[in-house]
Amino acid sequence: MLTVLLLLWPVAAALLLHFFKGRAARVPALGAALVEFALAAYAALTFNANNSGQFSYNLNWIPSAGIQFAVGMDGLSLLLVLLTAVLVPVILLSAFRRNFENESVFYALVLFMQTGLVGVFTAQDAFLFYFMWEVALIPIYFLAGVWGGVNRARVTFKFFLYTIIGSLFMLAGFVYLYFQTGPSADGLSAHNSALASFYNLNLTAATQMWLFWLIFAAFAVKMPIFPFHTWQPDTYTEAPAPATMLLSGIMLKMGIYGCMRWLLPVVPMGVDYWQNLVLILAIIGIIYGAIIAIRQQDVKRLIAYSSLSHVGLMIAGVFSLTPMGMQGASIQMLAHGVNVVGMFFIADAIERRTGTRNIADLGGLTRKAPVLTVCFLVLLLGTVALPLTNGFVGEFLLLGGVYQFNHWMGAVAGVTIILGAVYLLRMFQRVMLGPDSSFTETFTDLTGSELALLVPLIVLVFWIGLFPNTFLHLSEGSVMNILNEVVKR
Amino acid sequence: MNSIILLSVLGLGNLFLGFRRSNRLLLPVMMLILGLVLTVNFIDWGTTESYFNGMLTIDDFSVAFTGIVLLTALVLIPFSQKYVLDGETNLAEYYSLLLFSLVGAIMLVSYNHLLMLFLGIETLSIAMYVLAGSDKRNLRSNEAALKYFLMGAFFTGILLFGVALVYGATGTFVLSNISFAVQNPAPGFESLKPMLYIGMLLMFIGMGFKVSAAPFHFWTPDVYEGTPTFFAAFMSTIVKTAGFAAFLKLLVQAFPAANAQGIWLPTLTAMCVLTLLIGNVGAVAQTSIKRMLAYSSVSHAGYLLIALVAFNGQLVGASANGILFYSLAYSVATVAAFGVVKLVADARQREDYNGLNGLAKTNPLLAFSLTVSMLSLAGIPLTGGFFGKFFVFSAAVENGYIGLVVFAVVMSMVSIYYYLRPIIAMYMRDTDVTTSEAVPVTTFQAGALLLLAALTVLLGVLPGLVAGVL
Repeated sequence: MLTVLLLLWPVAAALLLHFFKGRAARVPALGAALVEFALAAYAALTFNANNSGQFSYNLNWIPSAGIQFAVGMDGLSLLLVLLTAVLVPVILLSAFRRNFENESVFYALVLFMQTGLVGVFTAQDAFLFYFMWEVALIPIYFLAGVWGGVNRARVTFKFFLYTIIGSLFMLAGFVYLYFQTGPSADGLSAHNSALASFYNLNLTAATQMWLFWLIFAAFAVKMPIFPFHTWQPDTYTEAPAPATMLLSGIMLKMGIYGCMRWLLPVVPMGVDYWQNLVLILAIIGIIYGAIIAIRQQDVKRLIAYSSLSHVGLMIAGVFSLTPMGMQGASIQMLAHGVNVVGMFFIADAIERRTGTRNIADLGGLTRKAPVLTVCFLVLLLGTVALPLTNGFVGEFLLLGGVYQFNHWMGAVAGVTIILGAVYLLRMFQRVMLGPDSSFTETFTDLTGSELALLVPLIVLVFWIGLFPNTFLHLSEGSVMNILNEVVKR
Repeated sequence: MNSIILLSVLGLGNLFLGFRRSNRLLLPVMMLILGLVLTVNFIDWGTTESYFNGMLTIDDFSVAFTGIVLLTALVLIPFSQKYVLDGETNLAEYYSLLLFSLVGAIMLVSYNHLLMLFLGIETLSIAMYVLAGSDKRNLRSNEAALKYFLMGAFFTGILLFGVALVYGATGTFVLSNISFAVQNPAPGFESLKPMLYIGMLLMFIGMGFKVSAAPFHFWTPDVYEGTPTFFAAFMSTIVKTAGFAAFLKLLVQAFPAANAQGIWLPTLTAMCVLTLLIGNVGAVAQTSIKRMLAYSSVSHAGYLLIALVAFNGQLVGASANGILFYSLAYSVATVAAFGVVKLVADARQREDYNGLNGLAKTNPLLAFSLTVSMLSLAGIPLTGGFFGKFFVFSAAVENGYIGLVVFAVVMSMVSIYYYLRPIIAMYMRDTDVTTSEAVPVTTFQAGALLLLAALTVLLGVLPGLVAGVL
């Protein structure tokens, strides 16, 4: 029942926000997000890491087709629900700094999207999963399209088309699987779409080989994996900062989560067949993203490509099919979410003050804004994966997993840390150090509310870095379950 | 049956309002009439009754489709308001013609005898021919009416020829008797077979014209463009819903036999592929929203044809439910789309995409409503259109038409392109001189648009309410 509450609360709050106009919507929106956080925290505290599915709820959604409204959480779901619940208030708070039209609609869309995200992470029925997958897409399309930059119409159109076509392939795959299942529990329908029945299908290796690509298409676009990434840098750059944070901080994890829950255990033989190819694509993405990031002049674009590079490593970790790699991906999803949201926020803070994102136009911010510098540095080092920070734990486990699968791949993927240090530190040096520029003369330090936003993120950087077990032990059981499903056949 | 009687009587009564020139009363009275008939219609739910020596059968199937037709008319009526304000003199006649055409639609969804099929089509169409030309002083409207009438008369002739040939081959007009005659051939039937098949195909051509399936769709864009938008909406929803229900009845009740299926299955499959292709590709190239909606209506005929192809031999079950759900979701979304386009076109005197620029700022309600409707037509989840496509496609997959479904899915990817264009115009482009003022909307219209949006979302979240009633 708690899961249902987690799902319904944001959408209900989004509808209620309609009664507030403009700035008056800020406090209720933030309040609603904090209530959601409290619910998620309560779920985490009462969660029993030794049991698998918890807080389950089933409702006959479309009885004539055997489709259930089935939700529930295991450790992996819980981690991502927690991530969503932490980041949404932060993202809302970051939006308060901006002045834009129809604020209440903006916040309502963010909250509405939260329902879709939580739905994706908790769905236990294939069609519910697909439904929530698209529910999360519609608000972000409008967030990026209505409040975005100059080229927003063209860029978001591309984004929408890419993702929807990807997910239609996934739907086709699910429909095929659906017709392979047995009758629903109540006998009203000849088939059912429960996650468990998908896990228990007997599919031939040949079927799984093409089915793999149908399902993977949706996840590949969403994450995105090279070469399906072309929508990503444009969209990240054109979208307003809060939408970029939603896209990079949470939405991208939908793809990785989807692979772990709806791909690996459903078509294990297909995964086995394509494993090497996916790993190679992921590693190409790592290198490619990093090299392009080095050449970027736009801070936001640089972070976008850096995100592409880091996602590649997470994909490689998942597809290494080792407990280490999967656990690394689980914790790195949290770490990446925290870091990238913080980085995009700082990029946005700089842009709001100076009116530019161009690295060449910036410089010397350290002297004017020491607090901002410290926050930026912590988040940046987290992204670079310095020990003691969250990025280190994740990348270490991920690289370990890839290395176990194949030494050479592990070695090449390890380059990500070096290259990451190169482009991120280079950016830091050019933006924060060096001589002042005409743009930065009147630069002011972080305000109290901006700091209030960054402090929880920084706490998380160290928390995950120093005590990763708080989170790792939550996901351990579910990762092992998934791997058992994969190995079973 | 109650609904037919009530509609005919009240339609006549409505004419008397015209004598008294009480034009302002017409709209509320029409809504009352339609609301009343809609309620009365559902009295027959759960019963099966035959009338006129078995010429009409009222069962759950016909009641459900009558419900869709009447509901569509009810939410559509508020958008006729411009005529009231214009001081049109023959207003009551138009409204009565609408009511009479609804009688034709109800006959189409409940016929059991080919004569009734013909009468239903004619009752529906003749009213439509007149209404297409109701904007008397507009040359385009005159052209549309003439075109629709000439083509319509021609295709009705073909349909009638088909009926005659089928009668010649089987010796009966009653659907179940035709089916019996085909399945249990009398001596000498072999030589009559070509006659039966040709008659059957001619009937399909006639029906294909009515539901604007390719290659008999050519009239659609021109007629929709010229016809006053309000009546174009009527054509693309009510005529199509009733037409498909009639088509399904014809296939299921008259020609379910294997040898007949051997003829019509490939024909319908070919029509379906062609319709999907022409509808979707044609819509991409349009600059006028009305023409885009016309091609979109062609393409949706294609999706509904999939359900016909995947039919399962009775008026209950996946295929009938698929058509029912799809028609409802499609009608609801299309009425909203035409409604918004009409309001904008009346106020701004333009029907291209740019006429919608910045509508989100001037009229958030219209923009929201058109967005929901476009997403539904594109088949995006959270809207009824998604589950409509989902049910139709899964019925087809279940019966082994995987190739057809793959093609349809590719076509719906194409459709996202042209359904997103109005949304982009409304939300992401700025207003210009002609589009900076708010479009006037009456309370009835706003209420209807809200109701339609709510219905679309309701169908998209709780499809179980309608899916599986048949």
